[in-house]
Amino acid sequence: MTWVSAVVHGILLGGVYALLATGLALMFGVMRIINLAHGSLALIGAYMAFLFTEHVHVSTYLALVPVLPGALIVGYLLQRTMLERSLRAGQLVPLLTTFGLLIVIANLLQYFFSPDVHSLDEGNIGTASWQVSSSLTIPWFDVLTLGVAVVLLGGLQLVLRFTQLGRELRATAEDADTAELVGINARAVYARATAIAVATAALAGVFYGMRSSFDPNAGANQLLYAFEAVVIGGIGSLWGTLGGGIALGVAQAVGGQINPEYFALSGHVVFLAVLVARTAMQARGFRLTLRGVG
Amino acid sequence: MSTLLAVEKLDVRHGLLQAVRQVSFDVAEGETLALVGANGAGKTTLLRAIAGAHRPAGGRISFEGGDITSLAAHRRVKRGIALVPEGRRLFQNLTVEENLRVSSAARRSGSWTVDAVLEAFPLLRPLRHKRAASLSGGEQQATAIGRALMTNPRLLLLDEVSLGLAPVVVEGVYRSLAVLIQGGATIVLVEQDLARAMSVADRVVCMLEGRVVLEGPRGALTREQVTEAYFGLRRGATA
Amino acid sequence: MNAIAADMSGTRVQRWTPLSVVFTGGLAGVVVLLAFAPLVLGENSQNNLIQLYFLVIMAMMWNALAGYGGLVSVGQQGFIGIGAYAAVFLSVQNSLNPYLSMLLATLIGGAVAIPVAAVVLWLRAGAFAIATWVVAEAFAILVSLDPNPAIGGGTGTSALLPFNIRYTPEQRLHYTYWASLGAVAVLLLLLFVLLRSRLGGSLQAIRDDEEAAASLGVRVLLGKGILFVVAGAGSAAAGTIILAWQLSVLPLGPDSIFGINWTAKMIFMVLVGGLGTFEGPIIGAVALYILQTYGPNGGVWYFVLLGGIAIAFALVLPQGIWGTIQERFNVQLLPVGYRLRNFTKGTT
Repeated sequence: MTWVSAVVHGILLGGVYALLATGLALMFGVMRIINLAHGSLALIGAYMAFLFTEHVHVSTYLALVPVLPGALIVGYLLQRTMLERSLRAGQLVPLLTTFGLLIVIANLLQYFFSPDVHSLDEGNIGTASWQVSSSLTIPWFDVLTLGVAVVLLGGLQLVLRFTQLGRELRATAEDADTAELVGINARAVYARATAIAVATAALAGVFYGMRSSFDPNAGANQLLYAFEAVVIGGIGSLWGTLGGGIALGVAQAVGGQINPEYFALSGHVVFLAVLVARTAMQARGFRLTLRGVG
Repeated sequence: MSTLLAVEKLDVRHGLLQAVRQVSFDVAEGETLALVGANGAGKTTLLRAIAGAHRPAGGRISFEGGDITSLAAHRRVKRGIALVPEGRRLFQNLTVEENLRVSSAARRSGSWTVDAVLEAFPLLRPLRHKRAASLSGGEQQATAIGRALMTNPRLLLLDEVSLGLAPVVVEGVYRSLAVLIQGGATIVLVEQDLARAMSVADRVVCMLEGRVVLEGPRGALTREQVTEAYFGLRRGATA
Repeated sequence: MNAIAADMSGTRVQRWTPLSVVFTGGLAGVVVLLAFAPLVLGENSQNNLIQLYFLVIMAMMWNALAGYGGLVSVGQQGFIGIGAYAAVFLSVQNSLNPYLSMLLATLIGGAVAIPVAAVVLWLRAGAFAIATWVVAEAFAILVSLDPNPAIGGGTGTSALLPFNIRYTPEQRLHYTYWASLGAVAVLLLLLFVLLRSRLGGSLQAIRDDEEAAASLGVRVLLGKGILFVVAGAGSAAAGTIILAWQLSVLPLGPDSIFGINWTAKMIFMVLVGGLGTFEGPIIGAVALYILQTYGPNGGVWYFVLLGGIAIAFALVLPQGIWGTIQERFNVQLLPVGYRLRNFTKGTT
């Protein structure tokens, strides 16, 4: 029965990864930007929520009220000031900008908040759990996190499919040049995408902060797992990010069940296996169309 | 008739190449101008420069009397310029309807709506919710023209609408164009098919290696003259 | 005569310009001069220069991948770690001479790059980047789980013993200095030759338009594969130098030999120096070296400065120092590409 427990916890862990990965998927899907600072932005969300709850003694969830709109603005400005210019200079330059941002943010956080760990209070739901059986306990908070991830991804999917913003996002992601020619302000579209991405990062950061303690250097590993989730799920697919997160979470949990030291490694192995399998399947189709080309 | 578009001494570079050299011409309102020339003559680059996708290295572009040389492409759409790009360039992952509706971001007032476009191109009606990637060439061309029309343009730029299409399909496209022209639209049309070009145009401009080598009203030019200018055989005098 | 032919008459294709002959000769001279450094410079300076050398190697390798191959790797630290650990293993376990181990470890790095290339080279940009990072992490974890005492598992290992039983600390410093200078010279030369060869032309074609290049018969995957293997070996070489320099290494944690910090430094050096230029990485390495040596000593503000400079470059000088100079003044010091002279219209 412990295997079932591992799988279930893996699925729930997938929710955490998917929540963090959503913004990554959005920025990469729309702008081909690998945002190395995504984890740092999530951390800022956690720290801002911490600041808020320190001064205004309310539940952490209410901290989302100021934090999320703030994150939207931060994301919009980030794109208009830094990332837009970096993108114009070349595909690789945003890598440098976001890397610079990562370092600056991590160290400024350390300066203002000290290297000590903090954590956010998840309220009553934090300790509640569902005792399914003698060997399977499901914490309600993890279910909530997964639920939030699903709602977020679903909401974004709806926006993409049914709103004008969504159509513009999809069109610009596909062909920014032609999008401009049909009247879409590509730069404004990009800015909105980044705004949403940073807001989802802040949301993920707050939930991460409730789940575990954090310090200014936290999240390097989490960032990698989030990236893995995006790639496993297939770049460009929002639901794929959820699937990828769950696949990764389950792989890690099952591997961790075999031996705690295999936790991260199992995830990496599954990641590489999925990629190899996918490439092999594509290659079969590929070879049929491109005979004799070295 | 007033001048809608004025291009003065335009220079446009395409990478290392000087694609458009000192090109000047006017387009009056309601006029149909055919821009002809061989491959590489600079026609597409010129059209893209007018639409705002290419920054010119020198010269001026005016629209409705105002200088738009440095205006961003999406703002030109708002002013009333719409380009149907070479190769259609539809958004493959969007449906026909989404392709039409996405360009209404420019939000100009006018009579073109999704229903109006579907009426003008009835072949698109059953394809409304099909992904653009699964359309045939002719269907894509119709959608691309419709997408430009959705912005209610005052000036329509058409780049090689017959490229890669079967003659029957081209026939249909040009019939729709004729309707647009009859309705008083101002059109600049890039077309490699000389016969077609001269059948719909009021005026013809022929380009060679980036320069205008021949220009004149359709009636005043013989096919022979245009053909010579097209290929750079300077046997006769220019009109 | 038509307009274009008129423009082109009087144009020649040349590879070596007088300036590049002078510079290449000068560079070779500098390398020779630097070889005498252990005889005149103190311990501190030699240590510093060794640091500079492995930074130059890392920058060159990352630039070869990203700038010439279009391959953005976030996982070269995997090969750095493999180089270091292979060198330790060979010298501790098999009691080989540590410098011989370093050489063999470099080759091992290149060899390991082959199966890795087989897995990752097919992937598109984003997936490729993340996959290289994952591979590096996997290497780090595998090393930390290795029960072999020579490897040391999670607590890391040291090459202290193999060096100390053969050399005095002064000798180790000298030999490591020459080994690292030699590595820089060899790798520079190797890249120079590769880029001037047909491979260089193929890579340029691939960079411009991969599909078109493939349709012309350019062996795209082979070209990228060669680059990846060279970069793997070069990164491993850097790893062995780091080992010889600091003697102990850790597989995990912020100071890990497999750490993502190395890639962060590579990105910094290449983008500040000039991506896709031959001279750029060297300049970027010098810039980072100056920052490390003369900047604030570690701590929060050092990193804020590092990050701030990275951002500033990305915004203001995205082509890097050398890239900007090259564009503005049309200069090329090392004759890697082709130049059109007397092309009257437009620019080269």
